[in-house]
Amino acid sequence: MNIHEYQAKEILKSYGIRVPGGRMVKTVRQTEKAVEEFGRLCVLKAQIYAGGRGKAGGVKTVQSAGQACDVAKELLKKRLITIQTGSRGLAVKRILVEETIDIEKEFYLSITLDRRTSRYCLIASVQGGMDIEEVAHVSPEKIHTLYIDPFIGVRSYHARRITMALGLKSKIVKDCVKLIQNLYKVALEKDCSLIEINPLVISKAGELIAMDCKINFDDNALFRHPEYEKMIDVSQLDTLEIQAKKFDLAYIKLNGNIGCMVNGAGLAMATLDVLKEYGGEPANFLDVGGGASREKVAEAFKIILKDRNIKGIFVNIFGGIMRCDIIAQGIIDATEDIAFNLPIVVRMDGSRLAEGKRLLSQSGLNVETVDNLGDGAAKIVQMVAKKRKVIAN
Amino acid sequence: MAILINSASKIIVQGITGKSGLLHALQCRDYGSNIAGGVTPGKGGTAIDGFPVFDTLDEAVCATQATVSMILVPAPWAADAILEAADGGIELAVCITEGIPIRDMVVVKRYLQDSKMNLIGPNCPGVITPGECEVGIMPGAIHKKGNIGVVSRSGTLTYEAVKQLTESGLGQSTCVGIGGDPIIGMSFIDVLKLFNEDTETKAVFMIGEIGGDAEEIAAEWIKENMRKPVAAFIAGLTAPPGKRMGHAGAITTGGKGRAADKIGILTECGVTVAKSPTKIAEAMKQALNIQS
Repeated sequence: MNIHEYQAKEILKSYGIRVPGGRMVKTVRQTEKAVEEFGRLCVLKAQIYAGGRGKAGGVKTVQSAGQACDVAKELLKKRLITIQTGSRGLAVKRILVEETIDIEKEFYLSITLDRRTSRYCLIASVQGGMDIEEVAHVSPEKIHTLYIDPFIGVRSYHARRITMALGLKSKIVKDCVKLIQNLYKVALEKDCSLIEINPLVISKAGELIAMDCKINFDDNALFRHPEYEKMIDVSQLDTLEIQAKKFDLAYIKLNGNIGCMVNGAGLAMATLDVLKEYGGEPANFLDVGGGASREKVAEAFKIILKDRNIKGIFVNIFGGIMRCDIIAQGIIDATEDIAFNLPIVVRMDGSRLAEGKRLLSQSGLNVETVDNLGDGAAKIVQMVAKKRKVIAN
Repeated sequence: MAILINSASKIIVQGITGKSGLLHALQCRDYGSNIAGGVTPGKGGTAIDGFPVFDTLDEAVCATQATVSMILVPAPWAADAILEAADGGIELAVCITEGIPIRDMVVVKRYLQDSKMNLIGPNCPGVITPGECEVGIMPGAIHKKGNIGVVSRSGTLTYEAVKQLTESGLGQSTCVGIGGDPIIGMSFIDVLKLFNEDTETKAVFMIGEIGGDAEEIAAEWIKENMRKPVAAFIAGLTAPPGKRMGHAGAITTGGKGRAADKIGILTECGVTVAKSPTKIAEAMKQALNIQS
């Protein structure tokens, strides 16, 4: 789960990590007030669930309340497109107004899961403000990594080692050690899958400040953080993905015209692969999960149908705990109240297969059932192509 | 011989009185597995559908001499169940549960470093030695006894592969679902090692997906150590970058963990990679032909 920079900074602040003074605003008027309050040079930062804002014009320094209003007006009415957002970009609904800081030095600090060791690792680098993947590629010697043993955590000596490696000296060493230990506390207590401070700066006044912060929460831990739900900014999410989440469906919108409903993530990915192999373009990834109910199947189908680019649907359900008659019933339920004539190809394999096939054949829907994956993919691609041809003619 | 489980395996189910726990305990028993009982704290001393229920894993192990545990405990308490199994002398824990927090699994993995217990999963369909024993949720009927070892990060995609293998006469020695999470127990290499030494297994089919580098390091291991032919399929060639495709572990980060890269390295290391999920049996046959 993503959160905005201003929310991440609020969390850091609550753990004793210094951040620039700032205020989140949603309107031009609020921007003006905030800048007036700071009374000096400020920076306006578009709050979106993606990086690369600076290069896309989403971060601007302003010298007056008037200038701030102009900038805010521009930012708030557009969708910001950065190298991380995809071509549609993301809506800018919030801006972080912050005091500017005179920077002496910049660093990089993050904590994330290292899959190879199955441990949280702390990554630090003297190359702050840069893409860490780039640094790892070009100057790996500038990266210092600490693999954290969960049984002892980040002790002072670990934090000192990292602080020394970054070349910090005298008073600031103590501050940095504390910061690193507090950062680990945040990572653990807030169940972060990633917490990144880039850059972490030493100001000319000699203070350690987190200039930018990105936090992702572990989706699997949301059940034990009920307070996170109200932190979500729905303007940053695809509406269909939000709806899918409500019903515990894994849904990702893609660019094609063949809707997909599959049980199991690996099989769902493979289904996208095989559709493309046969020349089709999947419109979405959707994993309806094991043991889904009739309601869930119906909801899944309805969500797929909300994508207006859909010209056909491929259902690939491989048995196990899913009952084929329930799948059939769910599809029928979903298409009950609407005039629906898009082609559907259903590949089902599992318990009550005959019953499921019977329900579909008697449903009045334009549905074909197949027995294997290849036939199903070929069939739906063909049916969609035919439909498009008919429209073109 | 097969690996990990066979007809002699004695199994208990942690979470047996839950809807999922009971359903799969029954299905495994129907398949022929020796499900000796289960654990649900607070329900000890009762029985459900003929399975004795115990309050603690220790009591269950003491009473049944079980060495294998199938864990179908909900995510908030599943890590605890794995730790309890390790503590209680279980030799193989198969954790089906999806949704265990990263933080919990980091601790479990660390604890298991000093434990003799093998963990399969979490977020996996389980393990099955066709014709002998099932500890999991896979549909037993699609499997056929044979000589192909199957190891996979996926659930239903594994069934797809198994069905294709069975239909072309390639039965399976043991099928192992290692799970779709970023932190799991036994890795591809751990299972490949067992297949390498298993007299019944003549070849291996591997199913991977985007995210992490487990397939890449397995490929290097295969090149150096594997004495039997290996074929593979990697899902997610067309998956968009940076998106979590269902499985918590199925996400490419910073350009790493892409299917194309995995396929490349596996091929370089001598693995026959199926170009399509519909060509799984073909790829396995090709790998077997290359060897002979």
